[in-house]
This record gives sequence, C-alpha cells and structure tokens, in this order.
Amino acid sequence: MTHAVAQLAAVVATALFIFSLHWMNDPKTARHGVVAGVTGMLVAVLATWIQPEIVHHGWVVLAIVAGFIVGVPLSQVPLTAVPQRTALSHSFGGLAAGLVGTAEYFLGLTEHPAQLTAFRMSAIVAEVILGFLTFTGSLMAAGKLQEVKWIPQRPVTYPGQNVVNIGVLLIAVALGVLVVVHPTAAWAGGAFYGIVGLAVLFGVLLIIPIGGADMPTVISILNSYAGLSAVAMGFVLGNKLLVTAGALDGSSGLILSIIMCRAMNRSFTNVLFGAFGTVQKAQAIGEQKAWKQETVEGAAQLLEQASRVVVIPGYGMAVAQAQHKVRELYDQLTKRGVTVQFAIHPVAGRMPGHMNVLLAEANIPYTALVEMEEINPEMPQCDVALVIGANDVVNPAARYAKGSPIYGMPIIDADKAKTVLAIKRSKNPGFAGIDNELYVQDNTWMLFGDAKAVVGDLVKQLAGGGGLH
Amino acid sequence: MIDVSLLQTAAAEAVPVDYWSTVFVFVLATFIGLGVIRRVSRLLYTPLMSLTNAISAIAVVGSLVVAGADYPRVIRILGAVALFASMTNIVSGFLITDRMLKMFKKQ
Repeated sequence: MTHAVAQLAAVVATALFIFSLHWMNDPKTARHGVVAGVTGMLVAVLATWIQPEIVHHGWVVLAIVAGFIVGVPLSQVPLTAVPQRTALSHSFGGLAAGLVGTAEYFLGLTEHPAQLTAFRMSAIVAEVILGFLTFTGSLMAAGKLQEVKWIPQRPVTYPGQNVVNIGVLLIAVALGVLVVVHPTAAWAGGAFYGIVGLAVLFGVLLIIPIGGADMPTVISILNSYAGLSAVAMGFVLGNKLLVTAGALDGSSGLILSIIMCRAMNRSFTNVLFGAFGTVQKAQAIGEQKAWKQETVEGAAQLLEQASRVVVIPGYGMAVAQAQHKVRELYDQLTKRGVTVQFAIHPVAGRMPGHMNVLLAEANIPYTALVEMEEINPEMPQCDVALVIGANDVVNPAARYAKGSPIYGMPIIDADKAKTVLAIKRSKNPGFAGIDNELYVQDNTWMLFGDAKAVVGDLVKQLAGGGGLH
Repeated sequence: MIDVSLLQTAAAEAVPVDYWSTVFVFVLATFIGLGVIRRVSRLLYTPLMSLTNAISAIAVVGSLVVAGADYPRVIRILGAVALFASMTNIVSGFLITDRMLKMFKKQ
C-alpha cells in the first residue's frame, strides 16, 4: 500500500517538476514554477518518509533541521554572491550523490554481495566519480568566486597539466572497472577508497587552471555533472524519480554550457583544458591612439539630447555596486522621453543570466533588457552607447584579430552607435588602451572613475541641470 | 519506488531489477528536459539554475532511506550527511529562486 503511494507520488512529483521548468519560459508565470517545484518536492519527501523501512526518524529530523539552518541564510546572500551560492549548491549535490554511492557500495559489500551486479556497480562507480569530482570542483569554483584567500584567483598552470589531469581521471576509471568486475574481492574496498580519493583530487585539479571569465561556462558544466550524479544515484537505487529530476537538471546544465561556450566562441574542451587568461597577451594595434576624455557635464548633455540610449553593462558595474545609480540614470533619461535599453551579453557577469538579475534587483523593468542578437542590428540607430564596466564583450578586435584570445567571440556592436561613452576605472592607457580599440575610436568619449561615482555624478548633473542646456 | 531491493531476502535478490526501463526513462526525461529548458526565458537563466539545483536535490529521497532505514551506524551517518546536503539545496534553492523572480517586474 505505502509502496503504491510512493509510486504515485513519484509520478506526481515528476509532472510537477516538468511544469515547474515549463513556467520559467516567461517572467510572468515563473513564480508558479517555484510553487510547483516545492509541491513536487514535498510530495516526494513525505511519500518516502512514510515508508515502513524508515525507522530512525530522529536522524532524519536532525538532518532536515540542519539543512534549514544552513539553507535559509544561504538563500539571503547578496545577488553578486549568487554565483558562489550556486557553485556551493552544486557541490552539496555532488557530495550527497558521492556519499549515498559510497554507502550503497559498503552496504552491498557487507550485507548483500549478490546485489552488486555489474550494472549496479557501474552505476555506483559513475555516481561516486561524478559526485565527488563535482563536490570538490564546485567547492573550488565557489572559493574562487568568493575570492577566498587560500585559493589562487589567477589560473594556475604548469607543464603537463592536462596529462596529469586526464591521467588522474583514467586511473580512477581503471580502478572503477576493476571494482565493477570484482566487487567483492579482498582489495575492492581499498580500490573503492582510491576511486573516491582520485575523484576528489580530479575535481580540484580541474578547476585550478580556470580563470574568472570562464566561470559562467564552468558553473554550467558543473551543474550538468551535479544532475548526472543524481541520475547515477537513481540507477543505483532503481529510483525513476531521481533519474527524471537528475536528467532535467543535467539537460539544463548542458544547454546553458552550450550557450555560454557559443557566446565565447570556445569549445568545452577548450574551456576545461585551455587555461584561458594565462596566455592573454595584449595585441598591439599598429599605432597607439589617444583617449578622448569627456566631462560629466558633456556626457550628461549627450545623454539627454539622445533619443535612444543603449547601456552595455559588464561585471565591472556589479563590482562597483553601481546598479542602483544606473537605475536612477534610467529614470532621469526616461523622464525626458529618451528610450533607454540595456544590451545583455550572454556571458556578462559570473554566471548565466547574472546581469539580468542584478539589473532586476535595481528595479529596472525586464522589458528594457535586450539580448545581444536582438540589439545588434539596431545599434546603428542608437545615439549613445553607454559602456559601464564591460570590456571584452564590446571589443571590436573579436571580429578580426586572429591571434587574440577573444577572436570569434560574438560581441555587442557598441562601436556602431553614433556616439560611445565608456566608463572605465583605470586611466592607464598602457593597459586598456591597447587592449580595446573601442576606447580610441573617433566617436568614443571616455569617463574615468569608479562606475558608481561616475553614474552618480551623471544623475546629479541631469537632476540638477533641469531640461536642455 | 524506494530502494525496496535492499530490504528483500537473499532469495528475492536473484530477481533482476529492470534497469532497461530506467535507461528508457533517462533518455526520455533528457529529451523532455532539453525541450522544456530550450524555451526558458533568457532573462531567467540565473533563477533557472537555482531552481534546477533545488529540483535535482530530489536526491533527498535516496539520502532519506540511507539515513533512516535500519542500516549499520556508519552507513546511516553517510546518509544523514547526504540528507543534510540535499536539504540545504532544497531550502536555499527554492527560497533564492523565488527571491530573484520577485525582482523581475514589467514596469
């Protein structure tokens, strides 16, 4: 009887999870998705809990309460910290899968050796390798994003790195094959610990050569792994609900990874084994042109006389915490009848969609947020392109400079706007001046300073100055 | 649904679990996932990721059995830690998804 309840609950939960993701297709219905997801989860957990084999309720309650104690504060982090929270939660997902896989193996070894069939053992090995490498890999990624002191921020590379990484993974897989073939041999338990250790090590090795700019892709790939480790757990336990939910998570991670890779014109292997960020040597442009600096007054005038302004925000905007000032600027300009839009590059920020969330938090309506592909054909009609804290995603070198690490990456065509205003923190022309020729274009004017301060000054100028000068 | 096989006697262990139907479910679920996710609004990729995080923490049902069934103590400790990790993902994942989605306003 209770078994049938569990089966029914699994079917209901599966349907609710699919609806939950379906409702994410529009911001208007998206919050229904959360309700559906929570309901599905409650149904599944309760139906499992009432099964007669659950006898240690104290343990269950304790673990659930602990999950709430940690989970609630984790959900309140500032939105700039959402990427590291996401990485941390992939890490927890991997850990859960790894631990359950380990538990299932030793349970089988000591109590039901006949259950360790080749199929089930393969699933356990896959679950443990995927789970533990996701655990440490995501933990490292979260540490890098949080800028934890003892984790190097810069990509760490050394000769033969890829050989070492792939070697570690191959040894783990080889041990896995041995354990699958001889699950009850005297040495199998030791070999199993070896697999766990190597997977833990591989996760760390995989992430240390990766730099900040690649984080959106890496988080998406780890998302996929976390989903796949849940699928493997489903195979181990013969639980189809786990397989379905894991597959949904895995395919989501896969799609996001593909979108992120395309947005940077790179392949999976290039992201994971290419150590972006270390080989970035600035490409010298034939002759070095000079900046043209604009005053806040001049920039404000340009903005208010425009009929269409496109703001191109980058992660620098979030670092400077300038979103709310940007919102005030948006208000000032729309009040004057200027059309203001935000051009969002797919990899702007530290995870997929990060920039949209940061702008939404500042109360900028989502109807003003426009994707790169939609805005690019309209850029020549744009009077002012205002670049705030973005760099690579507006660098025209991506179109033609074959040697450049960003060559081939789709960019927002800021350079095609009638006038470009770029807010940059560093005035050092030796650094960014060579890097990004957008800044030395004839129609580009620079505003130097902290993004928050500069945008704040623009707002003050517009608010104080009244109408047209 | 629950890992019943573990509780069965040695005689019942000989009955093969129908793995192929699970493989079947996996393939179909992946295709459904790809279809549904492809249509998700690009504005919402960050909340999408925290939502799928929370959903894949359905691993909680596996952890719950390992933590709560009558298994040796060491096994149950592993299960309890896994249950804690999954529960953290469920709670923080759903809460933060809703918190972010509330911010998306039309005007």
